Amino acid sequence: MITILSDHWQELLTGLGWTLLSSVLALIFSLIIGSLFAIMEVTESKVARTIARIYIEIFRNIPLLVITSFFYLVIPMYVVKVNGFTAGTIGLTIYTSAFIAETVRSGIQSVDPGQMEGARANGLTFWQAMSNVILPQAFRLVIPPLGNQFVNLVKNSSVLAFVAGFDLMYQANNIASITFDTINSYMVVGVLYLIITMPISYYMRYLEKRLA
Amino acid sequence: MKKQFRLATLLVALGALMLTLSGCGKSLSQQDVLQNDRKANTITWGVKADTKLFGLMDVRDNQIKGFDVDMAKHITRHILGKKGKAKFIQVTSQSRIPLLKNGNIDAIIATMTITPQREKVVSFSNSYFDAGQSLLVPNGSKIKNVSDLNKSGTTVLGVVGANSVQNIKKFAPKARVLELQDYAQALTSLKAGQGVALTTDNGILYGMAVQNPGFKVVGGTFTREPYGVAVNKGQKPFTNEVNKAIKEMEADGEYNQLIKKWFGNVPGFNYKELER
Repeated sequence: MITILSDHWQELLTGLGWTLLSSVLALIFSLIIGSLFAIMEVTESKVARTIARIYIEIFRNIPLLVITSFFYLVIPMYVVKVNGFTAGTIGLTIYTSAFIAETVRSGIQSVDPGQMEGARANGLTFWQAMSNVILPQAFRLVIPPLGNQFVNLVKNSSVLAFVAGFDLMYQANNIASITFDTINSYMVVGVLYLIITMPISYYMRYLEKRLA
Repeated sequence: MKKQFRLATLLVALGALMLTLSGCGKSLSQQDVLQNDRKANTITWGVKADTKLFGLMDVRDNQIKGFDVDMAKHITRHILGKKGKAKFIQVTSQSRIPLLKNGNIDAIIATMTITPQREKVVSFSNSYFDAGQSLLVPNGSKIKNVSDLNKSGTTVLGVVGANSVQNIKKFAPKARVLELQDYAQALTSLKAGQGVALTTDNGILYGMAVQNPGFKVVGGTFTREPYGVAVNKGQKPFTNEVNKAIKEMEADGEYNQLIKKWFGNVPGFNYKELER
């Protein structure tokens, strides 16, 4: 493992960088998109609810690899050029946002309906009530499952390897195929993934203790 | 304190798991393959299943077909006799050496070039096919040869674990190389415009050009890539038998028949050059 680290630290560092960048981008956008769809699911508008349901059910139930390959191989043929990194990150965002939407929706629905009624009775609009009263409580409730989604997102970012997105897994494949030292190459990368995901797990646990 | 103890236990467990894993796979590959195969009357070959002309899965009958596959069948018959069975396992450029090392396959016959780096980890038979690296581009492409690729901003496609991606880094150091999982995906990526050219051995590229009329092979060959059968180190008796089988096939014309069968009808490819 040491030789792999010392001979290939540059590739591994690049891989770590791309994995982190992709994960952070996907995390931010999937949180925004996911929350939006979660709110759409609980509005009174039937159209909004239906759109949200369709989006969530489609992307929650298609494998991430299929979504990513679609953006990498099909979109460039007909629409616009997308490189591997972008395709992978878009795929990750869409896929994760569907799960986050479901998580956040369950949080919103477990907030007592009286809270919404009370807020509305005090003259707040739907959006004001949502952002000031319901969502703060909902997010507190869904921290543990949300943490799971974030950890999953980092691990799922290995899908980038399939579309040549230069991430950790891609570098691992290359290092393994150059050095023929398969076991150690993948072990090094496994440890690097742990270095990213463990702090997330611990931070989420800390948040959970402090807020809930 | 208690927390630290838990973390330490976790790390110890992880370390133990790693040690067990790195210990795996040795026992199988260290047994005498030739003896085992004689007993079972079967040789297990690792072959490509995504490479037209060498090893391609025929979806109609679920059989892998190609020059490598036929070579393997003939070599099996030469080693084990007429009733010997050849079993085929699908490999990619990336998975073939690990699968050989852990004993899943007895030998690799999968468009594998004999290189000094690979000879450090596996043993090769004598070469059974002479390929050379070339380029596949869409019809109408401005790229005529490998030096056209040596510009920053050009992207070349290859396959992880293939010798050709190491070569192209030498011949066109300014180009960016994307390494895809297998040849099918590399070709789809070329169609999707993810790169301007796909590089690998000419035999494989001609196979793609046959199936995909919008693409052509250009630039001739810029490397020599002799293919060999790879077996685990320390399997000298088996390697010798493979070499003997190849020699016998060349002597009695079986080899040339196979060359003609697979490469006789490939446009732009002079199969006579390959005959031995």
